[in-house]
Amino acid sequence: MRYPAFLQRIADRADVQPVRILTFSINGQAVSAREDETILSVARENGISIPTLCHLDGLSERGACRLCIVEIKGSPKLSPSCVTLPRQDMEVITNSDRVLDYRRKILELLFTERNHICSVCVSNGHCDLQSLTTELGMTHVHYDYLHTRHAVDASHERFSVDHNRCVLCQRCIRVCEEIEGAHTWDVMGRGYLSKVITDLNQPWGESTSCTGCGKCVQVCPTGALSEKGKSVAEMTKKRQFLPYLKLMRGDESR
Amino acid sequence: MTIEELQDIGKIEKEKQEGFKYRIHVCVAAGCLSSQSGLVKEALEKEVARRGLESWALVKGVGCLGLCTAGPMVAIEPDGLLYQGVSVSDASDILEALGGPPVNRLDCSAHLPFFARQRKIVLENCGHIDPESIEDYVAEGGYEGLYNALRTMTPAGVIEQITKSGLRGRGGAGFPTGLKWTAVSKTKSNVKFVICNADEGDPGAFMDRSVLESDPHRVLEGMAIAGLAVGANYGFVYVRAEYPLAVKRIRTAIARAERLGVLGRNIFNTTFSFDVTVRLGAGAFVCGEETALIASIEGRRGSPRPRPPFPSELGLWGYPTLINNVETFANVPPIIRKGGAWFASIGTEKSKGTKVFALAGRVNNTGLIEAPMGTTLREIVFDIGGGVTGDRKFKAILTGGPSGGCIPAQFLDMSMDYESLAQVGAIMGSGGLIVMDDSSCMVDVAKFFIEFCMSESCGKCVPCRVGTVQIYNLLKRITEGGGKPSDIELLEELCDLVKNTSLCGLGQTAPNPVLSTMRYFMDEYKAHIEDKVCPAGTCHMNPTE
Amino acid sequence: MDEKEVDRIKVNEDRRWRLVNRTMRLHGHQPDALIETLHAVQESFGFLDIDSLKYVAESLRLPLSLVYGVATFYHFFTLKPPGEHTCVVCLGTACYIAGSSNILKTVEEQTGIKPGETTPDRKLSLLTARCMGSCGLAPVVVFDGEVHGKMSSASVLENVGRLLNHDD
Repeated sequence: MRYPAFLQRIADRADVQPVRILTFSINGQAVSAREDETILSVARENGISIPTLCHLDGLSERGACRLCIVEIKGSPKLSPSCVTLPRQDMEVITNSDRVLDYRRKILELLFTERNHICSVCVSNGHCDLQSLTTELGMTHVHYDYLHTRHAVDASHERFSVDHNRCVLCQRCIRVCEEIEGAHTWDVMGRGYLSKVITDLNQPWGESTSCTGCGKCVQVCPTGALSEKGKSVAEMTKKRQFLPYLKLMRGDESR
Repeated sequence: MTIEELQDIGKIEKEKQEGFKYRIHVCVAAGCLSSQSGLVKEALEKEVARRGLESWALVKGVGCLGLCTAGPMVAIEPDGLLYQGVSVSDASDILEALGGPPVNRLDCSAHLPFFARQRKIVLENCGHIDPESIEDYVAEGGYEGLYNALRTMTPAGVIEQITKSGLRGRGGAGFPTGLKWTAVSKTKSNVKFVICNADEGDPGAFMDRSVLESDPHRVLEGMAIAGLAVGANYGFVYVRAEYPLAVKRIRTAIARAERLGVLGRNIFNTTFSFDVTVRLGAGAFVCGEETALIASIEGRRGSPRPRPPFPSELGLWGYPTLINNVETFANVPPIIRKGGAWFASIGTEKSKGTKVFALAGRVNNTGLIEAPMGTTLREIVFDIGGGVTGDRKFKAILTGGPSGGCIPAQFLDMSMDYESLAQVGAIMGSGGLIVMDDSSCMVDVAKFFIEFCMSESCGKCVPCRVGTVQIYNLLKRITEGGGKPSDIELLEELCDLVKNTSLCGLGQTAPNPVLSTMRYFMDEYKAHIEDKVCPAGTCHMNPTE
Repeated sequence: MDEKEVDRIKVNEDRRWRLVNRTMRLHGHQPDALIETLHAVQESFGFLDIDSLKYVAESLRLPLSLVYGVATFYHFFTLKPPGEHTCVVCLGTACYIAGSSNILKTVEEQTGIKPGETTPDRKLSLLTARCMGSCGLAPVVVFDGEVHGKMSSASVLENVGRLLNHDD
């Protein structure tokens, strides 16, 4: 289970007792799982796909994008599968019409927030947000576009950040804090005025804490963070290092 | 300290005060202070000194007397006289009238129903005791509950009384307090915390502030009893920085309680220790949410995290944490003193005790009130509240602030309890009540609240961050005369989405004011959209688009 | 002496930093002291400037971006220096129902500034608040920290005019 660092203590406590194995069902399919595995990871192990955006294997969970919501029988509330733990005999439904409909609408909201016009984006063709439209069958946006305008920061010598493409998933923040240990990124402001920043909201190139490792660029789901001088075809993101780093540091047991 | 010593302190204080023939209580809570009650108190003191009556009349600053609209308020004990709108120049007349007929022009008796219809448990000391004097609180039986809990009860016994009392969380959701305490007490940990949520963010509510300003020791005693019951030795009061007076009074109270030995190390010479620290909020409504509040105390951005795990398992710094609202803690000492059964005898079947409300808006008597659960809206608005101002027509009452709903006139005879309110699409909330007359436009009110939620959204989850902006834009368009008939459906759809998919309570309840106004005042929405008219005349319609 | 050292001495020279340093010491320079410390900075200096944020981040050993993120999350904190006087219009529910949005509009028109801004001569900052808890006195406007209840557009204008033309 990957809770943020400050939540880790419960995991520590859980170590004292042996982990229980329990059985439950996803979409009617019987599955078994450790009690500390999330529904999302159990589903994926069993070949059941659940769309995600803020989740990334190797990073702590946020439960923020709400795309991985699932229905749990007997509960009127929808639960984010990335942070929900199974209980014995729980009945999880990942593909009801209600859930699919909500997911599509949430994705639409994301598209209305900032400028996500694929044809002029460096990540066109290998973008998580773009893939989600196909996965969720989102063909058009029926809300008004907000398209708040943001600046592009190209002050870093190797990378650039285009806030117009940012979906505020906080992957860059987490990888920088949890894996690289630099904590160069964070969010400023709140609500719809939130923005990811480097250091004291200064140009990335002037950041004193950035190590230039580029992990943030690799985990970014969209074209918000990109390498300079790469063509659309070249701007693929490499993320295989993440689970590897996690494993080498002995964190994978969590 | 023994119980006798504690009672002695109270007795001496009582005798001291009763030694005065007259006690002049001046309200020094924030409402009256802003209408210069501080100067009134000074003037009265000077006048007493000038007349050489120092041993005969006592001038005392007290907490909220309730009727904030008529401030500054002055009460004369033991006669039970109440004066309103007192100014510095009235000091001489007030002293002249002591023992004789009251000063007519200041008389407050017209507001009698305001006081007569209330029943005070949480506010029992408000307006009677000096909030900065611990002796005064002890004289009213203060800290006896804590003593009983420590010396004559077990932690399980304390929780049993709370459970038996049927007390439910006064912060809004109404979760049974006994269950919450049980959950925290059952989690095994050497370190546990108790947090008092005084981040009263609902714009239009001032119950918690008034309680902290008028009777801070009651909250501390409640927290200490809770600490004893769940096994916590540390407490935090998370209070808004916008309430400087409340912050000052609670800090003073903590210092005095520690000096008396009823807080801090080895309380009442037992092995139980309980320390309380004040932490300031910094202007974020979302920090009223448990997990966001915890993040804020830890010094981080107040973003909520998904629950479970609940704070009772995994709270402050990862330790089990009990979080209750100010009013909930304020209910605890009397329950322990008088027993859970006594508390359970007040109120309705499922909602026990009383509720403090901050009554404001278009109503004659605005102020702080406390009424038993199950009191009807009509009693609150027309008896206690004295009716709508300017003899205008009552239109609706707002409960629960930005998470609540509007209740129209047809439900005036509804009983105020958690269940009934939920049935009509509103919530009890923390207790802010805003009365509206026919000059208020309901679409505009919905817009006001969604604008609030939009700017208070932490921005973490997508539905709340973007959905509230979408709803706001639609309402803005409608109130400006550019609404389309299809907007209604779109509004309903967005509200449903935000309500069901948001991460925390803020997003899940943000659409409530929109939904409830659409439910009861659809004709106003239609008038805005189809006829381009604002029936209340509030919106500046500009149907050029 | 490196640059940091010089900064530190400068800081020590400024008496206003004492409150800030005391706050951090009181909390043992733990990360959870951040918000309390920012309160202390704002109390001492009236606002949070970039240098003080840097100093706080360094003293509490916190990432710069985290400190900036916290300082901008909470609306009580301001990163811009306030004017000589402040005028806070309450936009809480009770005040809104009582017409505080009109009061705000009048002040905006009179001063030519929007909420969060300061007049060019730095005399007056206009701010809005989410409920001061004085709903019984709605609509409420706070001038230089002093709460004024039952205000009207006219009485607010009078007060604003007094502050704007106040010469000392």
